[in-house]
Amino acid sequence: MPQTVFRTEDLSKVYDTGEIKVHALAGVDLELYGGELSVLLGPSGSGKSTLLNILGGLDHASSGRVWFRDLELTDLGDRALTRYRRDHVGFVFQFYNLVPSLSARENVQLVTDVAPKPMRAEEALARVGLTHRLDHFPAELSGGEQQRVAIARAIAKQPEVLLCDEPTGALDSKTGVAVLEVLRQINDDLGTTTVVITHNAGIRAMAHRVINFADGKIAGVEVNESRLAPHEISW
Amino acid sequence: MQAIDIKLLRDFQRLWLQGLAIALVLACGVAILLTAVGMHTALTETRDAYYERNRFAEVFAEARRAPDRLMSEIMEIPGVTGAEARVQGFAVLDLPERVEVAMGQMLSWPTGGDPLLNVPILRGGVPPVRPGEVMVTTAFARANGFAIGDVFHANLNGQRRALTITATALSPEFIYTIGPGALMPDNEGFGIIWMPEPEMEAAFDMAGAFNHVALRLTADARLEEVKDALDLLLDSYGGQGAYGRDQQMSDAFVSAEIDQLRGMAMVVPPIFFAISAFLVGMVMSRIVALDRAEIGLLKALGYSDVEISLHYLLLAALIAVIGVALGWAGGTILARGMAAQYAEFFEFPYLIFRVPPWVYAMSGLAALLTTMAGALRAALMAARLAPAVAMQPPAPPVFRKTLADRAMAALQLKQTTIMVLRSVIRWPLRSALTALGLGAATASVIASGFMFDALTRIVDLAFNQSMRQDAMILFAEDLPETALADVAALPGVLKVEAMQVHPATLRNGPLEKRVSIEARAVGAELSRVIGASGKPIDPPPGGILLSDRLAEQLEVGVGDVLEVAFMTGRRETHELVVAGLVEQYFGLGAYVEIGTLDRLFRRSPQVSVANVLVDPAQLPALHAALQETPMLSGLIEMNENRASFEDTISENVVVVNTVYAAIAILITVGVAYNGARIQMSERARELASLRILGFTRAEVSQVLVGETMLLALIAQPLGWLLGAWIAHALTNSFTSDLYAIPLVLEPASFAWASLVVLSASFASVMIVRRRIDRMDLVAVMKTRE
Repeated sequence: MPQTVFRTEDLSKVYDTGEIKVHALAGVDLELYGGELSVLLGPSGSGKSTLLNILGGLDHASSGRVWFRDLELTDLGDRALTRYRRDHVGFVFQFYNLVPSLSARENVQLVTDVAPKPMRAEEALARVGLTHRLDHFPAELSGGEQQRVAIARAIAKQPEVLLCDEPTGALDSKTGVAVLEVLRQINDDLGTTTVVITHNAGIRAMAHRVINFADGKIAGVEVNESRLAPHEISW
Repeated sequence: MQAIDIKLLRDFQRLWLQGLAIALVLACGVAILLTAVGMHTALTETRDAYYERNRFAEVFAEARRAPDRLMSEIMEIPGVTGAEARVQGFAVLDLPERVEVAMGQMLSWPTGGDPLLNVPILRGGVPPVRPGEVMVTTAFARANGFAIGDVFHANLNGQRRALTITATALSPEFIYTIGPGALMPDNEGFGIIWMPEPEMEAAFDMAGAFNHVALRLTADARLEEVKDALDLLLDSYGGQGAYGRDQQMSDAFVSAEIDQLRGMAMVVPPIFFAISAFLVGMVMSRIVALDRAEIGLLKALGYSDVEISLHYLLLAALIAVIGVALGWAGGTILARGMAAQYAEFFEFPYLIFRVPPWVYAMSGLAALLTTMAGALRAALMAARLAPAVAMQPPAPPVFRKTLADRAMAALQLKQTTIMVLRSVIRWPLRSALTALGLGAATASVIASGFMFDALTRIVDLAFNQSMRQDAMILFAEDLPETALADVAALPGVLKVEAMQVHPATLRNGPLEKRVSIEARAVGAELSRVIGASGKPIDPPPGGILLSDRLAEQLEVGVGDVLEVAFMTGRRETHELVVAGLVEQYFGLGAYVEIGTLDRLFRRSPQVSVANVLVDPAQLPALHAALQETPMLSGLIEMNENRASFEDTISENVVVVNTVYAAIAILITVGVAYNGARIQMSERARELASLRILGFTRAEVSQVLVGETMLLALIAQPLGWLLGAWIAHALTNSFTSDLYAIPLVLEPASFAWASLVVLSASFASVMIVRRRIDRMDLVAVMKTRE
């Protein structure tokens, strides 16, 4: 029985804009396991990103409970959530979110400066195949390279979980595949629990498990008996 | 270096021009604080040390002729630790190679050695011992090119004497030396001269007597009681009223300068600090808004709220550090300039013209703290951003239909005009603060321009309307009115008028003030007083005219009765009705009709000063004649006074006006440039959209230029009010018994101030406007917010 890394219980999130209430999450019960690469699949507005934000300690749920291993995140204060993110979580975003005034190496150092047991920035960038681009600024890198820097930044702290929100959303298929290869590689080599959000159904094939989202709820969970390598995926 | 610090430095590099604009404003505050506090400290410490070491007296009194034996009684006044009597008087001097007569204040030098009080510091030579030997102030010797051993002549009570300089000295009594009736120090024409006591006694007929006494007091002595006791003892010997340091001419000027420095330190730097704090706040808020996504990212990466707040505070601190460095450099130069000016007017034996290190630390800390305070709101804003929200693009600002919108619609304004107006209305606080900042710039120009107008008014009132005589001839003592005929007979004298000057104490209940009362004939034309209406007025028989500041201090108005205790004549106290108020900016004047005075004194008409008009061609002959005339104690040349006063003023006015205009431009650029840059960054997409829609560069610029100039225009009336208020505060802070500054606000000053600020605003926004020309339309539209 694999170890449970994340567990949620009747998790809900309501956005109250005054006139209308939007139920972004409406009672989600989910477990994610150690070393697993799971894909959260669903159309935009189905609640995937909200769930990812809550799991990553970026946001609070409106009701329900959520645990990271034995740590209950539900009621953690700002300070404790910051600590949690700093020690355990790596993020990858759709638009890379690199700091434009920092070079690739320095963007990774942003993390290695504060994480408790980081790898060297150069090592992290080597893992994503960017050894030759260490001192380039984001504006000098292609979209795929920028996303690889973002991944290097996320894994540099050697996180237990890697949360990726549409990591290939802004990339063409060829570059997207290269980025997915890197994520798969990390998952294989380091055993990092990886959650990938996507609305691209093709990507499901590389996951251990696929969680389908619709209207803030889990519409179904599939387990892949045989996974495809990213380059085998039809986009 | 940590990556986040690298980011800080790179961010700062990108913002350097904005940062510099703020740093310069901050630097002004630091420089002025440094100079004012530094000079205040230096001057206070030097003065106090000088007074202490050289035993500067605390109480002074003049008498007509008091016997030496009175000194033992004076010594016994409770609270007196030291007392010293001396003989003093004024003399007309004949200096080699100088056509005009000069004046000397002659002081007796004790026979037994150094004086006990007001001890001069010898700068060279040996003190005078033998007859015909004198010691003079170094300033007087320097101005006249005298060396030890040089000889000049003096008319001592009618006797022409050759005097040999044996020493030069400085004295705590004469740090600031100004001759009687003069407006500015004139070291060439007026000097302090020490002469051996026996000679002074002989010259001024004071054998076994004195006419000046100085006292030093114990720490717990009560000044008023000592003065009263001294007055009582001197009363029968023609005592002219004891006074403290506050009325000692030299100390009054030094202390007035010290007070002014303190006033400057407290009023001016806070204005600069407030403006820079506002600018820092404005720029930092915008940076935080622009950095929104990065802040979210840093939080997602595990940076804490404190670390992120600190990051932005450090950015502000960088600006502060540059401002402080520039301010320290500027302040050091400014302090040096100020010190040079003090060296010109004040004679200190040593002046610690070094700004103490703690003042550097204090000014730097004050600047740092205000900058931090300005950035605090933005830093907290960054801390408060929830990470998940921060990484989303911000919601567009909420615009709602308001009355103003309906009005704009009704007026059928152009869309670009509506954009400008709506943005001003949508961010009322920011608009108001920007206008306030620009208003402060206008105000600073007005506050300096006003000084020039005020001084013009002072000079006009003093020289063109009141003191119209070419010279004042001072008699050693009151003479019968017939002496005027002798004066009229002097070469070159075209017209002569009598005047009397009498020290007196004016009392209204518990309020009292020691002043000099001037008496002139009705209809006098050479020296007259100007009433509140701006027209010359004559004191009516039986009445007294007071300068408005004196009336204010005594709390009397027209029609009130004032007790006047004369210290001359029969030394009687009379009651006089306040007949009118006089506009006057030098000294605290009081005026009566000359006949009234003679009647009160029950004596035949007399004269103590002759006001004369002189034919300039005959000046040398007049001076030559005066040097031979007995019974003269001096001559005051008004033309020279006027010239030196106007020179000093106009010299300073140019400097001061340039400095203030530069400061105003700095503030304007700081506010307008930053405001326009922020607008530009907020509106990049909007403006690019307009360009894509086919608007020309000029039309698009209108939006940017329009908002800045609209705010600059709104700022003007605000600046005028603020400027008038600062000018008013300045007149109050400059007012002392010695002088006052009138509040003169000419429309031209307001116009000039607005011109400076509007031009600087326009120039600033045009610099930013160039960015519209360089705008890459495609790139701007692609940029994610």
